Amino acid sequence: MTQNIMIVGVGGQGSLLASKLLGRLMMNAGLDVKVSEVHGMSQRGGSVVTYVRAGEKVYSPIIDVGEADYIVSFEILEAARNLKYLAPNGRIVTNTQQVAPMPVITGEAQYPENLAEKIAAAGAEIDAFDALSLAEQAGSSKAVNIVLMGRLSRYLGIGEAEWLKALEETVPPKFLEINKKAFMLGRNAT
Amino acid sequence: MLGNEAVARGLYEGGVAVVSSYPGTPSTEITEYVSKYDEVYSEWAPNEKVAMEVAFGSAFAGKRSFCGMKHVGLNVAADPLFTISYTGVNAGMVIAVADDPGMHSSQNEQDSRHYARAAKVPMLEPADSSECLKFAKLAFELSERFDTPVLLRLCTRIAHSQSVVETGERVEPEMRTYNKDQVKYVMMPGYARIRHPIVEERMRALTEFAETTDLNRVEMGGRSIGFITSGTSYQYVREAFGDSVSILKLGMVYPLPVKKIRDFAASVERVVVLEELDPFIEEHCRAIGVNVSGKDIFPIVGEFSQNLVREKMGLPVPQGRALEEAIPPRPPVMCAGCPHRGLFYALVRNKATVLGDIGCYALGANAPLFAMDYTICMGASISGLHGFNKARGEEGEKRAVAVIGDSTFMHSGVTGLIDIAYNGSNSTVIIADNSTTGMTGHQPNPTTGENIKGDPAGKVDLAALCRAVGIRRVRVVDPYNLKECEEVIKEELAASEPSVIISRRPCALLKTVRHNPPLRVNVEKCRGCRSCMKIGCPAISFRDKKAKIDNTLCVGCGVCTQMCAFDAFESESGEGAN
Repeated sequence: MTQNIMIVGVGGQGSLLASKLLGRLMMNAGLDVKVSEVHGMSQRGGSVVTYVRAGEKVYSPIIDVGEADYIVSFEILEAARNLKYLAPNGRIVTNTQQVAPMPVITGEAQYPENLAEKIAAAGAEIDAFDALSLAEQAGSSKAVNIVLMGRLSRYLGIGEAEWLKALEETVPPKFLEINKKAFMLGRNAT
Repeated sequence: MLGNEAVARGLYEGGVAVVSSYPGTPSTEITEYVSKYDEVYSEWAPNEKVAMEVAFGSAFAGKRSFCGMKHVGLNVAADPLFTISYTGVNAGMVIAVADDPGMHSSQNEQDSRHYARAAKVPMLEPADSSECLKFAKLAFELSERFDTPVLLRLCTRIAHSQSVVETGERVEPEMRTYNKDQVKYVMMPGYARIRHPIVEERMRALTEFAETTDLNRVEMGGRSIGFITSGTSYQYVREAFGDSVSILKLGMVYPLPVKKIRDFAASVERVVVLEELDPFIEEHCRAIGVNVSGKDIFPIVGEFSQNLVREKMGLPVPQGRALEEAIPPRPPVMCAGCPHRGLFYALVRNKATVLGDIGCYALGANAPLFAMDYTICMGASISGLHGFNKARGEEGEKRAVAVIGDSTFMHSGVTGLIDIAYNGSNSTVIIADNSTTGMTGHQPNPTTGENIKGDPAGKVDLAALCRAVGIRRVRVVDPYNLKECEEVIKEELAASEPSVIISRRPCALLKTVRHNPPLRVNVEKCRGCRSCMKIGCPAISFRDKKAKIDNTLCVGCGVCTQMCAFDAFESESGEGAN
C-alpha cells in the first residue's frame, strides 16, 4: 500500500523541510519514496503543494484528487482549497493560522469563516490546532513545519525514536534543539 | 535525491570537467548541486547561448562538459546547438533542457523534443531520479561514441521530484588530445557541406542504436493495450494500470526506433501513445505506418496525472469532496519589503505604459497594481520599447517605459539598449537592480560581484555600462523612496533623449540584507482610508475597518508610511517611522 501525504501552505512557510523530513523517515523505514515539490514563481507567497508518497514501489510523483491519506496544512484556507485531494478515509492535520491572500487583502473576496467546522461537516476527519503558538513556545515561529510533523506523528504509527532520528538527519545542527522541542510539542500537546 | 541533484551526481560521476549554465526553473538546481563538487569547474554564464558555447569550448578542447537550461533557454542557445551538431565534439558534451508542462513558472509550454529533431542530435528522457543519474552519465559515453552533443530532457515533475538513487564512483577521463581540424570545426560553407552528410549518417547509426539499446525497453503485461510512453507519463501509466498493460518505455526520445515500435505494436491489440505536450512520438508512429491513439484521447495542453489517464482510458476515477463555499485564490505576490513594489507604485502614479520582462517583477502585473502591459521573453522589454516608440513617436516616448531586472539585463537586455542608443529613440529604461537573480532562488550574476561559489568575482558597473553604450542620462533611485522614484520617472519620460533609471535596492529575501523592526498601526490615527492597500503588501490587511500589520511578515521597509496621510504607521518604539 502506498501512503500519500500532501503538505500544503503558503509559499515561504517551510514545507520543503517538512517534506524532506518525511522523505527521510520513510526511506529509513526501507520504503520506496517520491517527494514532489514546486519551485519558482509559486514560491512567492502563492499556494504551494508538496507531495510525499511512500510504499513498496512508488510510480507517480504526484498525488491526485481523492488519493491523499493525510493533508498537512500550514494554513487553514489551504486545507479547504485542497480538500478534494483527500481520500475517503483521509485525515487533515492543520494549523488554524489564517494568512489573507491578496484578493482578501484588497477587499475583492472574503476570507471564509469557520473553515474547520465546514470541512468536518463535509465528512472529513480534521485535526485543527494552533501550531503557531506551539512553534513560538518552542522558540521560533518558523518551527510551525516541525510542530505539524509532530502532530502528524500521532497518526502515522511510526515510533518517536525513528522520527527524532530522521529529524537529526535533516535539520541543521544549530536548529536541532528548537526543532526537537517543536516536534515534541506538536506530538504531545493537547 | 532531487531529480536535478541526481543529474548533477550523474554528471560528476561521468567525469564532467566544465559546467556553464544560466538559471531557469525547473533546471537551476542541477548547476547549483554541481558547483558543490570541487573537481568540477562551474559557473553562471550571462545567458544560455554563452553557457552552451563555453561548454562546447571545453568539449572541443578535450574535457567533458555540461550546460543546463529551461525550455525557453534553449531558444536562446539554439544558434550554437544547430552548428555544434555539425562539428560534433572532441570530449563528451551534455545539454540538459527542462520543460515545464502546466507552466508552473514559465511563459510558455513549448516542447523541447522538437529541437532534438530540428538540430539532429539525440535526446534522452529520464523518468525518475535514478534514471536522471544513470542517463546523465551515459550521455557522455553516447556523446563521444557518436561524436555529437547529447540533449537530456527533463520536465518539472522529474526535475523537482525526489526518489531513491544509487550513487557510484567518479570516472576521471584523461584530457583528449587537441588537434587542429578545420574541416571538422570551421563551419564555413565548404566544410559544412562536408559535415552535413556525416550528421545524416550519424542519425542513421543512432536510429540503429535506438532499436537495440535497453534505454528503450518493453515491459510486457496484459496485451489488450500497449502504451508507448516516456518520462513522467510512464509513471502515470504504471500508477493507473499497474502491470495489467504492456509498455514500450522510451528512454531515448530522439531518434526513435522503427522496428522496435512496429514489433511492439504487433504484439498488442491496441497501441496508445501517452506523452505530455505535442504529439511527437505519435507522429513518428503514424509516419512509420503504426496505427495509434494519442492526442485524440489526451490533451495537448497542461500536465498529465494518474487520474487523467484513468479517466481518459475509462477506468474508475477516485472522487474527492469539496466545500460549497468559494475559496479565494492565492496568487503569488511581491514579498513584504520587495523593492519592486515602490517602483511599480511610482509607475502607476505616472500612468506609465510598462513593457515588462522575465523575473519576480512580472508580479507587478497582478492586483492591485496591474502595472504591466506586456511580458514576452528575456530582454524583450527594452527592444520592444524601442519598437513601441518608433511606432508611436513622441506620444509613446512620454509615457512608456521598459522594466527589466539586473540579471535579465545582463542576459539579453544590454543589446536592446545598444539599439536604443544607436538608432535613437527617446526611450526610458528602468533596471530593477535587486543585486541578485531573484525568481530562480538567488543566484549571483555579473553585476553582483561574486561567483557561483560565493567567491569575489568581476563586477559589471551597470551605470558605467549604460553610459558606455551611449546613454548620457543615467539616474539611480531608491525604490523605497516613493517621491524620489515618481519624480525621476516623470523627468526621464519628459527628457528628449534616451535614459536609464537604475532602481537599486537588494532583494528583501537576501540573507545579507538587514531589516528594520516591523511596523505597527496606531489605531487611533488610522482613519481606515485604505490608501496603504494600494501597494499590495502581503503584510498589510484590513480588520475592523483599520489597517493591520502582520509582524511576522513586515520588514519595516516604510513604503506604507509614505502612503499614509495620518502617520498611522509606527515603529515598535512608538515613533512615527521615517
